[in-house]
Amino acid sequence: MEGLTLSDAEQKYYADLFSYCDIDSTKKVAANGRVLELFRAAQLPHDVVLQIMELCGATRLGYFGRSQFYIALKLVAVAQSGFPLRVESINTVKDLPLPRFVASKNEQESRHAASYSSDSENQGSYSGVIPPPPGRGQVKKGSISHDTVQPRTSADQQEPASPVVSPQQSPPTSPHTWRKHGRHPSGGNNERPLAGPGPFWSPFGEAQSVPSAGDAVWSGHSPPPPQENWVSFADTPPTSALLTMHPASVQDQTTVRTVASATTANEIRRQSSSYDDPWKITDEQRQYYVNQFKTIQPDLNGFIPGSAAKEFFTKSKLPILELSHIWELSDFDKDGALTLDEFCAAFHLVVARKNGYDLPEKLPESLMPKLIDLEDSAVLSLERPDPLQLCARDSKRFSESIPNHNCCEGSGVQFGPKFRISLFLIAGVGDQPGEVGYSGSPAEAPPSKSPSMPSLNQTWPELNQSSEVSKLLFSFININFVKQWETFSERSSSSQTLTQFDSNIAPADPDTAIVHPVPIRMTPSKIHMQEMELKRAGSDHTNPTSPLLVKTSDLTEENKINSSVKFASGNTVADGYSSSDSFTSDPEQIGNNVTRQRSHSGTSPDNTAPPPPPPRPQPSHSRSSSLDMNRTFPVTTGQQQAGVVAHPPAVPPRPQPSQAPGPVVHRPVDADGLMTHTSTSPQQIPEQPNFADFSQFEVFAASNVNEEQDDETEKHPEVLTVEKASDSAGSLRVAKTESKIEEKTAAGAPANVSKGTTPLAPPPKPVRRRLKSEDELRPEVDEHTQKTGVLAAVLASQPSIPRSVGKDKKAIQASIRRNKETNTVLARLNSELQQQLKVIWMFLRREFPWKFNWNNFDHSLTYKPIAVNCEHTHF
Amino acid sequence: MAVCVAVIAKENYPLYIRSVPTENELKFHYMVHTSLDVVDEKISAMGKALVDQRELYLGLLYPTEDYKVTFPNQLCSYGYVTNSRVKFVMVVDSSNTALRDNEIRSMFRKLHNSYTDVMCNPFYNPGDRIQSRWAAALLGLPPSLCSSALLKGTVLR
Repeated sequence: MEGLTLSDAEQKYYADLFSYCDIDSTKKVAANGRVLELFRAAQLPHDVVLQIMELCGATRLGYFGRSQFYIALKLVAVAQSGFPLRVESINTVKDLPLPRFVASKNEQESRHAASYSSDSENQGSYSGVIPPPPGRGQVKKGSISHDTVQPRTSADQQEPASPVVSPQQSPPTSPHTWRKHGRHPSGGNNERPLAGPGPFWSPFGEAQSVPSAGDAVWSGHSPPPPQENWVSFADTPPTSALLTMHPASVQDQTTVRTVASATTANEIRRQSSSYDDPWKITDEQRQYYVNQFKTIQPDLNGFIPGSAAKEFFTKSKLPILELSHIWELSDFDKDGALTLDEFCAAFHLVVARKNGYDLPEKLPESLMPKLIDLEDSAVLSLERPDPLQLCARDSKRFSESIPNHNCCEGSGVQFGPKFRISLFLIAGVGDQPGEVGYSGSPAEAPPSKSPSMPSLNQTWPELNQSSEVSKLLFSFININFVKQWETFSERSSSSQTLTQFDSNIAPADPDTAIVHPVPIRMTPSKIHMQEMELKRAGSDHTNPTSPLLVKTSDLTEENKINSSVKFASGNTVADGYSSSDSFTSDPEQIGNNVTRQRSHSGTSPDNTAPPPPPPRPQPSHSRSSSLDMNRTFPVTTGQQQAGVVAHPPAVPPRPQPSQAPGPVVHRPVDADGLMTHTSTSPQQIPEQPNFADFSQFEVFAASNVNEEQDDETEKHPEVLTVEKASDSAGSLRVAKTESKIEEKTAAGAPANVSKGTTPLAPPPKPVRRRLKSEDELRPEVDEHTQKTGVLAAVLASQPSIPRSVGKDKKAIQASIRRNKETNTVLARLNSELQQQLKVIWMFLRREFPWKFNWNNFDHSLTYKPIAVNCEHTHF
Repeated sequence: MAVCVAVIAKENYPLYIRSVPTENELKFHYMVHTSLDVVDEKISAMGKALVDQRELYLGLLYPTEDYKVTFPNQLCSYGYVTNSRVKFVMVVDSSNTALRDNEIRSMFRKLHNSYTDVMCNPFYNPGDRIQSRWAAALLGLPPSLCSSALLKGTVLR
């Protein structure tokens, strides 16, 4: 995705303009308020203005976030300089002057013009029949103002200085989606088979823009064939999308430009294939679907029986086979009836199919019940660094959807672990509730406005605790079981997930249907945590041994882009979309900590990137996860083309085992570095007595591990590590065998797990029984965090191991003994955790098979020749 | 491990039949067809018993020993009949593992559930052949994996 490079002058100027336009301080500027006037004051043709608004993404969003606004301004400058209006040109064109805005001579005229253009904008946005949608429309309405354009002459403008590296905020992709065009007015309703007013779907010519996006998502897609529309569009020429949109105002020249920019936008969409889910139901569409639902079933909480739905959908004249496929997709709970959400999904799919799109193989996430309207808010919540704002926004959003719960619980329900993981990450970075690991952007939302504030804050200490625990756990596993990287990270991140389950989900909300969203969100987030860890490993790769080096590099990096960090954070507050993109363009620039959050959020499941396959439950499948990594990586790295800051080298899927402890060593330093450098947030570093001990311990372990690099290819490197450590010290046969046994049981066939259970391990129950519900899982998880906490305490109480071990034999033996004990405990813990992980994943895969993208699944791993596979499948 | 799954209508025509090694389909069809006789036998025998307490699972129908080079495995077919007399026949390769009855039973139960889901689709006319796209839903899997993981899905639980 393109990034936006702004010079200082531009940045300042744009910020001024934004604050001018953002009269409500909502960080969202309605597209037809002052912005339009401002853009008219740029003295550009009306269609160019509209084009700009489209390119920057505001038309799609319905408002200008900060990034959209900046991009729009940049585009205005581009247009005023006479360059072709494209998204790339905002960065390729150097030394661009600031956009010029001249005061309109006649206030009345401008008022009229503004109203005219907003009228036309409205026409472009929705058909006249459909009332403005509730969600975004509110924002729009709230900030509509027809004030006169404040004079902004170019007198106070400065020549732009040489471009400074600033956070790449990528422009949101140009909104050439079929949803947008779905809002078109259309003349021909005569063939519309449905009763009541309807939205008007895109002419098929515009459908051409979508498959590129769709291809990124559903690989099976073929370009939609030219096809008659359900709603007749006989009079719309299929050649140019924009022609249909503004038939009167399009000139030849701009048409060419528009087409070019449209293709550009498509390319960008293909590259990013991010948040802009073509299956997402817009508010207008949803409104219409709801109306249609009401015609069949007046009670919005009711069901549409299958017979009625059949009657209704056969009016679409789609073949029965396709309709049945749509039904299968949309009847989420397979009860033969459609709820409102299911109906919306079905209708949406029908309409999409009518417009020539291939049906997806599985229900797109954005169409899943309960998630339909919350996708973008989920993204926003991830991006927003500020808990207060986050809460305020959430409470606003969730007050619509979940009226009975306070918003934190609501968000917990709806966002699931994804949301919480982000919080968790933030907590892990900052180790402190109020800090959030970001500089800049003080809380702007009034806390009283959000009822969830107390509860959210309440969860933070827990988060910290759990992060603490998981850190320790992380390091322990790291020290003792220096496994291959993939499995290692998988396990460690899973342990984080487990703790999360413990501290948050369980108390979140007893009586809502948590069950669906929770595992749904877990899948991608887990993978992204892996990915994130990989990234960290990548940065560690450059300076693997020296934490100090890491720190200083972080430091300089942070200093270098100090101002831009602020800018970026302000931006993310303004608009989650932009930062999800800015992540992809330069994940490294704000240092590792922020990168972690962004890497997590940027490839959130709302992206159209294929959801990564679930990690193997069997630990022997280390190859699979490395493949998974390979798959997830091109997605992100492909988007990082415009990174200004040097990008870390792609991490090899199997780093040396010595790198494995890298992140652990790195982590405390990371936190410290962030704390010292986030100047605006209050700092109290919580006391972490265990932690210091650990880092020493880790260093020691790491040195041990470094000797072990050549053993990487061995099947059980962790055992070998233990062995070597013990051998070098003298005598530790017992520990070695013990841990070996433990490890083998842990890593062996699942059937063996029950045999290998230790006193600590959960009782060997058949997997099925344990999988019945999450509630059954929770106590165990709970137990585990406690165990790990205990363990941490035990280990921390040990004196740190001196580095000069060769001198004193007794000391060596003592430390060996301690290590041995630790090893045993950790081996047990490891096997336990592995088993739990496996159980959870099996549960998830069994219960939520639709969440796992089977298309991208590694078939070589899941499906083996039958004869071979027989033993493995039954356990 | 199931290698072939068939859903047979009340009138003994196939609603859905799918085998994993596609090159040997005919053999499986033959086997399923042969098993139907056994199914009918068992049903008629069971019909004298209490109708409402009837066990849907029919058990082992038709063990075969096949020493052909192409598929040198022992195949067994198991049967299941719904209350509406729709029959499920599953051919299982039992050369490597002796599947326990319970496992087969649970596979059938899952198959039955999937079948019920398919029947819940208002766009499906009972008695029609279950289309291949649907077939995935029959086993709770997306169509793309229909050929490979379809039957594995039944085994995996």
